[in-house]
Amino acid sequence: MALNTEYEFAVKIEKCCKYYGHIHALKEIDFEVGSNEVVGLIGDNGAGKSSLIKIITGVYPPTSGNFYIKGKKIDPRSFSVKQAQNMGIATVYQDRSLAEKQDLWRNFFIGRQITNAFGFINVKKEKAIAKEILLNTIGFRGVGITVDSKVSTLSGGERQGIAIGRAMYFDSDLIILDEPTVALSLKEIKKVINFVEKIKENNKASIFISHNIADVYSVSDRFVVLDRGEVVGNIPKSDISLKDLNTFLLDYAHRLKDEDK
Amino acid sequence: MTEIKKHPFTQIYSNIKKFKALPVMGVYLILITVFIILSPKVFTRPFIYMSFLQTIPPQLVLALGLTLIITAGEIDLSFSAVIAFSGFLFSFIYKNFGENDFAALMGIVAALGGGAFVGYINGLLVARLKVPSIMATLAAQFFWNGLTVLLCGGLSLNIKSIRGTFFHSLFVGRLFDLIPVQAFWAIGLTVFLWFILNRHRFGEALMFIGDNPEVARVMGVNIENTKIKLFTLQGLLAGFAALLLTLEMINFWSNQGSGYLLPVMAAVFIGGTSIAGGEGIMVGTFFGAFIIGSLEAGVVATGIGGYWVRLTTGLVMAGSIILNNVLKNEKISFKDFFRKSVFTKGLNKGK
Repeated sequence: MALNTEYEFAVKIEKCCKYYGHIHALKEIDFEVGSNEVVGLIGDNGAGKSSLIKIITGVYPPTSGNFYIKGKKIDPRSFSVKQAQNMGIATVYQDRSLAEKQDLWRNFFIGRQITNAFGFINVKKEKAIAKEILLNTIGFRGVGITVDSKVSTLSGGERQGIAIGRAMYFDSDLIILDEPTVALSLKEIKKVINFVEKIKENNKASIFISHNIADVYSVSDRFVVLDRGEVVGNIPKSDISLKDLNTFLLDYAHRLKDEDK
Repeated sequence: MTEIKKHPFTQIYSNIKKFKALPVMGVYLILITVFIILSPKVFTRPFIYMSFLQTIPPQLVLALGLTLIITAGEIDLSFSAVIAFSGFLFSFIYKNFGENDFAALMGIVAALGGGAFVGYINGLLVARLKVPSIMATLAAQFFWNGLTVLLCGGLSLNIKSIRGTFFHSLFVGRLFDLIPVQAFWAIGLTVFLWFILNRHRFGEALMFIGDNPEVARVMGVNIENTKIKLFTLQGLLAGFAALLLTLEMINFWSNQGSGYLLPVMAAVFIGGTSIAGGEGIMVGTFFGAFIIGSLEAGVVATGIGGYWVRLTTGLVMAGSIILNNVLKNEKISFKDFFRKSVFTKGLNKGK
């Protein structure tokens, strides 16, 4: 899977456990994302998706297990959100990625502005780079969106695209997409999926979390199915069709119901 | 690369729309024109304008700071108390340390420092203790006003001897014996704070915090520190406004600044800055302050009488705000005002 990067896995987690008090949120999870792989993370609410993501992004440390980012072993005690960002992990959230009333170029650079020694922003340079991201990294051409556009004029899919493009430009090697297609129309979902394909083209990795199996299927290289803190399925796309994946998930859900009885 | 070609007029229109202070500038122009027509004797001579340049700067300085605060989605009600508190600090120190240039300098430092301190406390309350700013600064307004009255014993302080000294001329002197120097300070601050808001990392952080604090946090903006800095800056500006006012009046009185709160807010809103936050229009505030500051003198000069001042202020303010809102928002128009109004609802039912 590794193409021309020096590491094989963007993230690799071995035998990871996570307890919140007595609650066993993750049970000896093995999870990895290749350096140029899109992994679809599937699971019901409470399956452990967000616990896993929070460990990777440095919000919580794992209780036990080995944790590697880009081949480097991570000490969970010193791992933080800031460190995760510095190591090239970015999260794109559904609704907290862009500020509505601000110009696009400001949204690209907020938090990492190009300034002089007194903190004044180099607008020309920022706009030039923003334009570069817009045209080349994301590929917005001829749709009437410029660096001076307000975010409020963009559609939901375009916003996801901007956020993804920003993450790619600022050297994020693993982009976590947390429900990027919620509340979007089919046309917009198609756009988001195109952006995710751009992540692959740019030789970067991604974790795609969604409740919508069809969306996950169309972009992912591999599916990891979580249930009650365990990995219950780790299936490459080549081994399964969308129909079979759906059947697998439904069967699994039914089996659980029977067990509950 | 293909770009959609716009009709030249659409291009010009959208460029004009980007300059958000235009409506308020138009309102000011209309206002002055009306005044000139109604009382040409007063408004075609420079005297009235010089008196505007003398009285408006303190309010303008306060309004500039308030624009930053409102941009960040906060509010400050305490600046009028700082006008009294900092004015007292300056006058007291000047009078009690020998009434010389050195005493004046110490007084200036104390006034600015005192203002910044009040702002810093506000900032701590808002950012660290998460007290909503309207509550924190309302309490601050009572507290610092009350403290000032206690300290000065309700008396005013006369600082006549400062007239003509270096610091007096520096802040409120007359250039060529005509133009009030405080006008240059006010204009300079407008330009400086425009750059801070629109071209500085700090100003950009304010806009993002006012727009969507969650986005600002996720993108790495230190919200707490930014807010503390913001309120400290506002306190500092209020201290400076207090200096301009006290020096101009060469007198401190214990309730100075108490009538400033609402006119200063009105100036910001007339200028097109919305209470919703996320966007601040410095040039708009500049003209807003001039509109507010000109109305009283203007209405009185036209001879229709002082009782009309407040009513006119209300009308001009409502007009400016509606104008700004309609121009900013493409989805609403003046037509909607009537079409969707409850009074005409019955009439349109048949359609």
